[in-house]
Amino acid sequence: MKEKLEQIKAEALRQIEESDALEKLNEVRVNFLGKKGELTAVLKSMKDVAPEERPKVGQLVNETREEIEKVLEESVRRMEKTVRDAKMRREVIDVTLPAKKNNVGHRHPNTIALEEVERIFIGMGYEVVEGPEIEKDYYNFEALNIPADHPAKDEQDTFYIDGDILLRTQTSSTQVHEMEKGRLPIRMIAPGRVFRADEVDATHSPSFHQIEGLVIDKNITFADLKGTLAKFAKELFGEDTRVKFRPHHFPFTEPSAEMDVTCFKCGGKGCRFCKGEGWIEILGCGMVHPHVLEMSGIDPEQYTGFAFGVGLERIALLKYEIDDMRLLYENDIRFLKQF
Amino acid sequence: MNTALSWIKAYVPDLDCTDQEYMDAMTLSGTKVEGYSRPDKNLEKIVVGRIEKIEKHPDADKLIVCQVDIGSEVIQIVTGAPNVKEGDKIPVVLDGGKVAGGHDGGPLPENGIAIKAGKLRGVESNGMMCSIEELGSDRNMYPEAPEMGIYVFQDDVEVGTDAVEALGLHDTVFEYEVTSNRVDCYSVIGIAREAAATFRKPFYPPVVQVNENKEKVEDYISVEVQDTDLCPRYCARVCTNIKIGPSPKWMQRRLAASGIRPINNLVDITNYVMEEYGQPMHAYDLDTIAGHKIIVRRAKEGDVFRTLDGQDRNLDPEVLMICDAEKEVGIAGIMGGENSMITDNVKTVLFEAATFNGANIRKSAKRIGLRTDASGKFEKGLDPYNAEAAINRACQLIEELGCGEVVGGIVDVHAAMKDRTVLPFEPDSYNKLLGTNVSKEEMLDIFKRIEVDYDPVKNTLTVPTFRQDLLRQCDIAEEVARFYGYDKIPTTLPSGEATMGKLPFKLRIEQKARDIAEYCGFSQGMCYSFESPKVFDKLLLDADDPARKAITISNPLGEDFSIMRTLSLNGILTSLATNYNRRNKEVRLYELGNIYLPKQLPLKELPDERMQFTLGMYGDCDFFTMKGVVEEFFDSIGMKKKIHYDPDSGKNFLHPGRQADIVYEGTVLGYLGEVHPEVCENYDMKTRAYIAVLDMPSVVPFATFDRKYQGIAKYPAVSRDISMVVPKDIRVGQIEAVLEQRGGKILEDYQLFDIYEGDQIKEGFKSVAYSITFRAKDRTLEESDVSGVMRKILNGLEGMGIELRS
Repeated sequence: MKEKLEQIKAEALRQIEESDALEKLNEVRVNFLGKKGELTAVLKSMKDVAPEERPKVGQLVNETREEIEKVLEESVRRMEKTVRDAKMRREVIDVTLPAKKNNVGHRHPNTIALEEVERIFIGMGYEVVEGPEIEKDYYNFEALNIPADHPAKDEQDTFYIDGDILLRTQTSSTQVHEMEKGRLPIRMIAPGRVFRADEVDATHSPSFHQIEGLVIDKNITFADLKGTLAKFAKELFGEDTRVKFRPHHFPFTEPSAEMDVTCFKCGGKGCRFCKGEGWIEILGCGMVHPHVLEMSGIDPEQYTGFAFGVGLERIALLKYEIDDMRLLYENDIRFLKQF
Repeated sequence: MNTALSWIKAYVPDLDCTDQEYMDAMTLSGTKVEGYSRPDKNLEKIVVGRIEKIEKHPDADKLIVCQVDIGSEVIQIVTGAPNVKEGDKIPVVLDGGKVAGGHDGGPLPENGIAIKAGKLRGVESNGMMCSIEELGSDRNMYPEAPEMGIYVFQDDVEVGTDAVEALGLHDTVFEYEVTSNRVDCYSVIGIAREAAATFRKPFYPPVVQVNENKEKVEDYISVEVQDTDLCPRYCARVCTNIKIGPSPKWMQRRLAASGIRPINNLVDITNYVMEEYGQPMHAYDLDTIAGHKIIVRRAKEGDVFRTLDGQDRNLDPEVLMICDAEKEVGIAGIMGGENSMITDNVKTVLFEAATFNGANIRKSAKRIGLRTDASGKFEKGLDPYNAEAAINRACQLIEELGCGEVVGGIVDVHAAMKDRTVLPFEPDSYNKLLGTNVSKEEMLDIFKRIEVDYDPVKNTLTVPTFRQDLLRQCDIAEEVARFYGYDKIPTTLPSGEATMGKLPFKLRIEQKARDIAEYCGFSQGMCYSFESPKVFDKLLLDADDPARKAITISNPLGEDFSIMRTLSLNGILTSLATNYNRRNKEVRLYELGNIYLPKQLPLKELPDERMQFTLGMYGDCDFFTMKGVVEEFFDSIGMKKKIHYDPDSGKNFLHPGRQADIVYEGTVLGYLGEVHPEVCENYDMKTRAYIAVLDMPSVVPFATFDRKYQGIAKYPAVSRDISMVVPKDIRVGQIEAVLEQRGGKILEDYQLFDIYEGDQIKEGFKSVAYSITFRAKDRTLEESDVSGVMRKILNGLEGMGIELRS
């Protein structure tokens, strides 16, 4: 019996050795281990073995089976790997072939700049608000300390519609709407489209965008204005950015200032980009004029505030080094794709 | 405003700083310097020489050989200049020196022109005699210079000295940008005062003292101001025995640096005083003034007046005129008349220094179409106190410069003059507003420098009359800030109650719109809000289409920008066309921008501004690509219900068989479709284009960012495929409506998987196949559940004339 089992084992191992395909290995399995296989046949012939011998023989059969199974399995695994490797070798691709892109569209540079600005101010607790683009004279001028005969009215080259209705020349009009709501304190920015009668050229457009900012609370100081806008500039143009405030004049703020930032190309050393000055003018700002507060029903003895206005196109042109404003409104896809 | 630093230094002699320091410090204290230039740029080794001897060049007819004394030696110079003679003193650039430009006066080269000794036609030449152009200037500024040739000094200049100095070119000309509130700084004195305050140096304004003759001005002229509202003050003085001639060189140089061409002593004096005091003046030939009387009154409707530039000007009753007893002699504050113009034969001059209503001058100048240096100053509203000072200064100069005699007295007509503004001194409130801790003493020191007087008894500040901008405490705080230094004010962040930063819901939806459009391949464009009324014809709108009722701009930049858009389509189509004509393939653009719908015309109240989400594309795409974008957008803003498409959207500008209104819960939110081929043609596009327009105010109420998890199905789905032969005019939307109505609760989904028209299908029909999925949340569906529902669906479809295929 033992010899028989040895014989079967040797034969099985030989056949495994000779197998060159998975199917053949399967045949070996069926032939030796299957229901009608040779080992099964040996088990079936157990009835001929003496009862006291049976456990011993049974153990012997099982050992043989295990050994064959082990070898068989190893061979199967080896052969599967060979087959897979061969398949993968056939499947080599040229990884430098072009990508299949989803062709995602691009945001307008103005919007990218705007979203940056919004993100910064929302982080500082400002609410984004909107106001009408077609506006009453009162909100665009009078309530901002620019009465009927004020020269600033001429300077701004206003488009008029009917009577006291005009196209707003500045987002500052939104300040007035917010103040009139009477909800204090105020921390808002108001981005939007504004209009001035400038012919289209490389640096002018009859319609462009501004972002107005307004903070009104108790104890707001000019130092707060400086600190807020310095933080804004660092966020927008980089941590190394320095700011400079120069006195200026706006009818609706007093004191007023213009803010310059260090040139983001040369860092302030002076280059062609900043015309050798090292500084670039970025926005106008100031403490809200007490008369403006009074007109909107806010007591200037109790409340103070600051306001600022940024030209969005100016930021976009500077930040992305766009040399012609007309590009922003032509919508040439070759331009837009670069952002 | 351009002014030579030497002029400023005439009043602030202790000023001692570099040009750059001056520019920076002035800008930081509020007098913005735009830039500066040096008239002596590239002028090197140039001395005064005297021509001792002139000989002909042996080999050239047009050249001469000069022996020139340059103080230290006599050098030989060859020149082709036609105008020099022996004894002339001329500027000479020596070997190794530099001049600013060529003799023809073209643009100046950045690095000048180097001059070296050499030979001209074989004769040694050791330098060059200079024309005024070579010295970087021109005959406008140096009227005594010859038209062609070498500049010849007329004054007593010393041979061998610096010629650039002798010409007054060692200077710096600063360009100031003065803000509209600082009327006082439109003058050399005003800027000098700021400079003195900025650099903490003493300020010495001109000392005005007029040496008058024994005559009385009243014997020469009387003044009557009829329209006092437009003329708060009118000062007149008279000078006799006028001798016209050139003004002194120092005056010419200062004027030239300010960009004013020297003419003669009389004109130069008025211009000089205008620059110095910021007060425009006018000089009349008194002999042309009828009745020796000046009347200031409004013009009459229809008057025509010839100004001294020879132009006829149409007047109206809002224009203020200066008149004599018979006629108009000048437009107040704008320009004098030809009829009273000063000529070289003038004997007696009437000076006028007045103040006029700024707004009136501004408007008149605009209406007449004549803005002058004078009107530019008057329109800012001048200080009436300054008029008298200026006219006296002019008379002083007339007498000092030997231009004439000053008649005694002044005719001064004015209404009550405004008192100086007095404000309580509140140092704490200035510090509180600024966030600073400036001491009271430092503030008082600042006020002293800007001539704001402090009364320690009343604790008040009295503002000088020339500072019309200082009216309230905040204005005083700004003065403190300016001279304390904006840069020294600390930087802090607002304290106080924390506020919630937020983007309102509407703007969040717009942000989503941008995101989705971009995921779908659309790039963001920006279009103008105004357009041409011709757009409506281009878009084939009916004559009575309500969209034609657009808001008109009363002063547009031409017809193309004359109406506020009522449709967003033109912008996107124009942009697509631009791309198409630049041969850009595959273009997808979107825009978020307002349209403006008037409630009535002309406008009585503000119009309805409606944000439109507009998409447009051409290239590898079709109607359904666009439909996909719309649905992706709705899905992203929580609009998960079935969207309906109504093909009867009636848009003339869209293909009649390829357009639909987008309907959500019964509300039309917008439309989409293929652009009508005729419209494409109107926009010069030879391609199919597709657009979608969503009216955001209609969309936003349906949008939500709330989401609720529905659970992932636990029980298996059962699906059934149905294949139908459908009459051609039935839209799949109608089939889907049946599926939805009859599918009941267990209907999970349906997918169209085949649609076919053609050979195997009978005429007038199409083949349509759907895969329908059923599932229950709480159990495994039985065959009977599904077959019941399917029966209902099939019955419904059969009722529409649809045949089921096996």
